[in-house]
Order: sequence, then C-alpha cells, then structure tokens
Amino acid sequence: MPRAGALPLSLVLLLLMLALSLLSLRFGAAPLTIDEVVAGLFGSGPENHQLIVQQIRLPRVALAWLVGMALGMSGAALQGLLRNPLAEPGLLGISSSAGLGAVLTLYFGLSAINDWTLPAVAMLFALIATLFLYGLARAGSSNLTLILAGVAVSALASALTSLALNLAPNPYDVQDIVLWLLGSISDRSFADVRLVLPFVVGGLALLLTAAPALEVIALGEAEATSLGVNLPRLRILVIVGTALSVGACVAVTGAIGFVGLVVPHMLRRFVQYRSGQLLLPSALGGAVLVLAADITLRLIDTPKELQLGVVTALVGAPFFLALVLRSRRDML
Amino acid sequence: MTPCLQLHDLSVQIRGQTLLAGVDLAIGRGELFGLIGPNGAGKSTLVKALMQLLPASGEVLLEGASLAAMNARERARRLAYLSQDDRLQWPIRVRDLVALGRHPYRGSWWRGGQAPGASAADHAAIEQALHATDVWALRERRSDTLSGGERARARLARVLAVEAEVLLADEPVAALDPMHQLRVMELLRARCRSGQTVVVVLHDLTLASRFCDRLLLLDQGRPVASGAVDSVLSSDNLRSVYGVRALIGEQIEGGETRRYIVPWAVAHDA
Repeated sequence: MPRAGALPLSLVLLLLMLALSLLSLRFGAAPLTIDEVVAGLFGSGPENHQLIVQQIRLPRVALAWLVGMALGMSGAALQGLLRNPLAEPGLLGISSSAGLGAVLTLYFGLSAINDWTLPAVAMLFALIATLFLYGLARAGSSNLTLILAGVAVSALASALTSLALNLAPNPYDVQDIVLWLLGSISDRSFADVRLVLPFVVGGLALLLTAAPALEVIALGEAEATSLGVNLPRLRILVIVGTALSVGACVAVTGAIGFVGLVVPHMLRRFVQYRSGQLLLPSALGGAVLVLAADITLRLIDTPKELQLGVVTALVGAPFFLALVLRSRRDML
Repeated sequence: MTPCLQLHDLSVQIRGQTLLAGVDLAIGRGELFGLIGPNGAGKSTLVKALMQLLPASGEVLLEGASLAAMNARERARRLAYLSQDDRLQWPIRVRDLVALGRHPYRGSWWRGGQAPGASAADHAAIEQALHATDVWALRERRSDTLSGGERARARLARVLAVEAEVLLADEPVAALDPMHQLRVMELLRARCRSGQTVVVVLHDLTLASRFCDRLLLLDQGRPVASGAVDSVLSSDNLRSVYGVRALIGEQIEGGETRRYIVPWAVAHDA
C-alpha cells in the first residue's frame, strides 16, 4: 500500500522549473541562445553576456522561485487550515496589507533607517491581516463571510495605500510606488534576493512542519484535536509562515495575485486531495507559474514591458470567477 | 476493580450558560454505554467534555489516571472520537481517510511523501478497520463519491484504526438506513466483546435498549436517570423528558428479554 505520493509530482515540477529558469535566462532585450546562457552563467562567455545573465537575469529567476514558492505554498497551507479552497494570500488581503506596510515605510522615509525595515514592516502588516482573518474563520464564519472579509481587508489596505499616494509630495515617488505595487520581478538585484531569502526559507520551513497536522484537519477541528493535533500550534505555524514568506516577498516584488489560488487548485487532484502532501508541489508549481508568466510578458511585444502582477491577475481573475461559480452552492 | 472511565462532577459552562451540570459516572471495561436524551440535552457536550475538547470543570479518569493531565499524544492513542459533523472539506480517498486514524502513532518529523500509515502495525490496523466496517472494496474511492451510509462506515473505520481502548461515537447511526444502523451497532457490540469500551450517543431508543448495557438519560444538561436499560427507558421518563407517549413491547433475543420502544404520540400532559 505505500505509495510515493507527492514525490514524483514534485520531481516533474522541479524539472519544469529548472527548464523554465534556463529559458528565462535567454529572453530579454538581448535574446541569448542556450549555449550563450550556459557560457555566461559559468563565466566563460563574453563579458557582456556574463553581465546580462549573472547580474540582470539571474536575480530575476531567483526572485521568481522565491515569490512563486512563497505564494504557492502559503496558498495551499491557508486552504488546508481554513478548509476553504478560495483562501489565498492575495484574495484575503494579506498581500495588499503587506503592500500597505511597505508603502507607509516608504512614505514616512523609514526605509532609509535600515534595509530590513521595509520587509519587516510588510511582514508585520501581513501578520496582522492573517490574524484578523483567522479570528473570523475561527468564530465559525461561513466561507462567504471569510472571502467578503478578505475583500474588505484588501479594500481597506488599498484605500490607505491610495491615501498615502494621494498625499505624497513628490510625483516621481508616486509613479515608482504605483509601478512597484503592480508587482514585478524585473530590475531586481541580488541584494533584493538576499533580503527576502531568509524569510522565505524560514516561512516555508514553518509551513512544511505543519504538513502532517494539515492532513488531519480535513476531519474537522474536533476530530483532529482528538487525534492529538495541537490546533493553536498549527494555526501559529501557518499564520507566521505565511506572513514571513509572503510579507517579505511583497516588500521586494509588490503584490502578485492569484498564484496561491490557482496552483494548489490545479495540483490538488494529483496528491489525492491531501492538504499536507500538497505543500511541496504547490511551492514548486508556484515557481513554475511565476516563471512562465514572467517569460510570457517578455515575449509579448508591448511598447512597455507588462508588469508581472498584471499578467497573473489577467489569468487568475477569470479562474477565480469560475471557481466561485462552481462552488456557489456550497458557499451560500 | 477500577472502572475504565470515571466522571466526577463533570460540568460545562460556556458564556454563563450551563450546558452540562454535575455528571457522575463510572463505565466499566468492555461496556457498551449509551447516552440518550432529547435535542439540546447535552449528549454531545458530555462526549466533547470527556474528550477534553471543551473547557470543563470536574474530572475524567481513564483507568484511574486523569485525562486532563495526560499528554495529548497518549490521550489520542487511548481514546478515539467520532464527531457528529460528517463534512469532509476535501474528497480524500477512503484509505487515506482511514489512515488518518494512525496520526497519534506517527513520528514527530515530517516523513516527506510518505502516508501517515507507514509501519506494519499501521497497515494492519488500517486493513482490519477497512474490513470490519465493510469498506475494503471502497478503499480507492474518493469520499465524495460515497453514499451517506458508505461515508459513515468509512468514518467509523477511521476511528477503529486508532485501536484505542475507549471509543466515543456521537450519533454514529444518524442518517443510516435500518440495516446499516443494525450493522454499526453490531460492530460496536463486537468491539465491546473484544475488550474495548464504547460510549455512544443515540437518538433511536430501540437501538439503545437492544444494544446498550447501561444508559444515561440527560435533560437540559442534567442527568435524569442512569443505570439499567429498562429502568432508564421507563414510560414515565419518556413522557417527562421526551414529552412522548411510547409503545413499549418485549422481544426475547438470545435468552434475553429486550424492549422495543416506539414513540407513538406527543404527550400533552408532559
């Protein structure tokens, strides 16, 4: 009866992720061949190729991995904990709360204090939003209430963000912030990667330790507790893990929506609907999706490069609508 | 001999409301003990308080040891609980569902990719539970493709897979057809014969009379009567607690006289 479960799926996704990463290193203002990419990567090609691959495109790929993994795994973990297929950091307003924290930090010039201030405040805001939503879910609210509360949190965070922009004294700052809010992983450096890496790794590790308990929570909170699941501990693992990984990413890349919704949903059937087994594949699948979206936007010929958050929203929003329509009966 | 389960003055108060007041009870090993009472009488509350799922005052002892002081893992291995809520958020397969019953035995580290039922003892327990509840043939099916009766049996298999000394089941036969009701009750009966102790919440008074060794009748959170089946299910109790006039008959079953109780009319003088 033993069966490999999530491992073969994870392996396939990992290979896909690596293949897309290589492709991602090829495309851009100066397209390179695979040979040139490999040469640039290992420092044997011409100097400008090395520069393009190592300094410009490699951080972009690394960020795609980190953001995709954070969003994919936290989406899967939140859905498992809340027993709700519509839970997702973006939809529940966790990303936009982190964004608000980041904007406020920029607005009040706090980011000048220290490199870590911006991600720290973003994570704090993400934590507050997650705790609030969890409190609601805890109080026995229906799926519908939870999603509506997420919409409200999201709207409030956006409104306060707009207020900050509205009152911003310098129009150039405004344009920067708006573009950043749309979500992008282009023009980032390894300094950005270093900033988010520890938090994403830490957050994902917390979420992974929650895997066995997430599996049992499918039975409902009472039966799960009767099987020895420590519910308060599980909640803290998922909430802090989500806040750390998503909050830190948002601080560097802006809000990239729907990845946490779409990826677990597409992969769930391959792990026989087991929430604990879904975490690792969702992380890898998230990275695959972000890489694919980031390559697509470079291939589409637009006067100005599209923002990643715009692309994921264009794909994700109709998907979300379809999911809502399908589960409408259960929700109401 | 120490009783298997002892309840001393078990009470539950939530937001100033008394849901359960002063229940004292001793349940022997191998006993099939029934909890009965009208809606809102506190049957589920009693089971949850017993399982330490609700903040309760008083004491619950398992083989003389306090349950509140026991660590969660040991408690989870010794007491298995089937709740009334049969919703599963995800359509997991029957065998994965049953394997969750082995959670209290798993190692503390996440064993990546491995099912929670990985040891030989786990496999044996899961297999046995699947057979006992007659869901072996359904083991690869997704739980959302099961009928209500099949799902109830699969959930019961999950509880049996724990292999606990004590089994607490909150309305395990609700929503089952008569044949499956009898099957589940016979299964619980057999568990008791093999040494497990079973506490079961029932609405069907005939099933309670036919299968249980002893009963506790609750009304509005208070114990009204407890002890031998026939004394608890008296027509006076049925009238005053349930507010019904019942037809009571007798049937000899394996040398034992068992009553059947058919609620017939609302008792207007209750």
